[in-house]
Amino acid sequence: MIDSSRRKIITGGLATAASVAGLGVASRLAKRYGLLPPDCGGIYGPGETLNYATQRVLARHSRAREFSRSQISKAPFQNEIAPLSNEFKQLQAASFADWRLTIDGLVDRPGAFSVAQLKGYPSRGHITELACEEGWSYIAEWNGVPLSHVLEVVGVQPQAKYVVYVSMEPDTWDSLDMDEARHPQTLIAYGMNDNELPVGHGGPLRMRVPRQLGYKNLKFINKLTVTDNIKKFGKGLGSVAPEFGYAWYAGV
Amino acid sequence: MGTLGSTDMAAGSNIAGVVSSVPAAPPRPRHTLLVRTTHWVSALCFLALLVSGAMITLSHPRFYWGETGNVNTKPFFKIPVPSTRKLVPTGYDYVLRDQNGWSRALHFQSAWFVVLTGLLYGIYGVFSGHFLRNLFPAKQDRSLAAFFTTLKSHLRFARPGEAEAHSYNLLQRLTYLFVVFIAFPLVIWSGLAMSPTFDSAFPATVNLLGGRQSARTIHFFDSAFLLLFVLVHVLMVWFAGFWSRTVAMITGRAKEGK
Repeated sequence: MIDSSRRKIITGGLATAASVAGLGVASRLAKRYGLLPPDCGGIYGPGETLNYATQRVLARHSRAREFSRSQISKAPFQNEIAPLSNEFKQLQAASFADWRLTIDGLVDRPGAFSVAQLKGYPSRGHITELACEEGWSYIAEWNGVPLSHVLEVVGVQPQAKYVVYVSMEPDTWDSLDMDEARHPQTLIAYGMNDNELPVGHGGPLRMRVPRQLGYKNLKFINKLTVTDNIKKFGKGLGSVAPEFGYAWYAGV
Repeated sequence: MGTLGSTDMAAGSNIAGVVSSVPAAPPRPRHTLLVRTTHWVSALCFLALLVSGAMITLSHPRFYWGETGNVNTKPFFKIPVPSTRKLVPTGYDYVLRDQNGWSRALHFQSAWFVVLTGLLYGIYGVFSGHFLRNLFPAKQDRSLAAFFTTLKSHLRFARPGEAEAHSYNLLQRLTYLFVVFIAFPLVIWSGLAMSPTFDSAFPATVNLLGGRQSARTIHFFDSAFLLLFVLVHVLMVWFAGFWSRTVAMITGRAKEGK
């Protein structure tokens, strides 16, 4: 009996020591390989970190499923948007000719791009599903310029870690890590189903991130900032979503 | 060891109280430490997953079949509850407060816990012989006749015999096998199928289930089945003697007698 309980204590002690050491090593490795999301703190931090780290290891370069033309949804659902500001309405009245996407931060050639300029770059389209965290989804064809191309045009500096994108909707901003920002399917979308991108779906410019849920696909994009320090933005959690309890990483 | 009245008596062979002349091996507990720990961790995770899952469902209490579905398409079925989203037609003239932020975080964190726990249990179950010894039907029970005998005794709500304090009957074994090897893996599979990034790396995950919305619907029904299992499980524990069975799952010791 004594032998058995001593063995139990030794085994238990070794197992605990191994787990603590394992967790320590794991968190160091995660940090080193950029596998910690900006919102990795707090009570749900372990879950968020496991989601992000696992998917970055398993699916760093994978492509979102693409569908056939016949699978495009007849009536794509238009989610609620905040009431449009007067500034937006004026831009809309002029067919968004004066809409500008400004790009700054860790880039060699910061600038402001019109919609027409962005349309002048090589375009890419894909028929992908937009899935909302609430549960609904639809399939549409999206056209735009790959964000990776725009990042090449402005010359992203090597220390860049995130691309912050800002919507004209008040207090609406988000960020992508460089894997998602350079992913070939990540678009600054200006077209949907052979038409201009409707305002209800985020026109004139919407960030289209098909490997992540709908809320990552911000509408009315007018500013990009490339950074190596996400802590400087908002509450330092990578986007406005974690301030409402939602995960920064929406690949899940 | 092996003396009458020892509180350590648990193994079936010791019940008769026969004092063996050879030193007996330490009695095998009714439930091993690993089974007990994984049982309670899973129970806690299930509760968290159930509450958070129900909250998430409230943001879109409509279910579809196929790849896509939204309020512009015909639902496969609706749950007649109010929603946390204004644009979902529910028939109620009010909207509940959004709970999806913490619900999603809790759902995924509990899912990780229960999957890792399940993995540990699965590896243990294979290598310790737990599955073969305790869950696969015992040799004498591998017949339709045995199945109907157990079924009949269940339907008569007969009090379980003394042996059942130490071993599972056939119906229990079949139910546990179904939960461990079919219902639990399927709920994880259909949950993973709702992750767009996971699907990008492993498209078969969602395609084999018939599309994203089908996966969501399967996830819902499988969760409902697991809830039914838990409710019946607790009910059966109650019939069998709530305290003796619960104490056995906490301490590992089956109490003698009633």
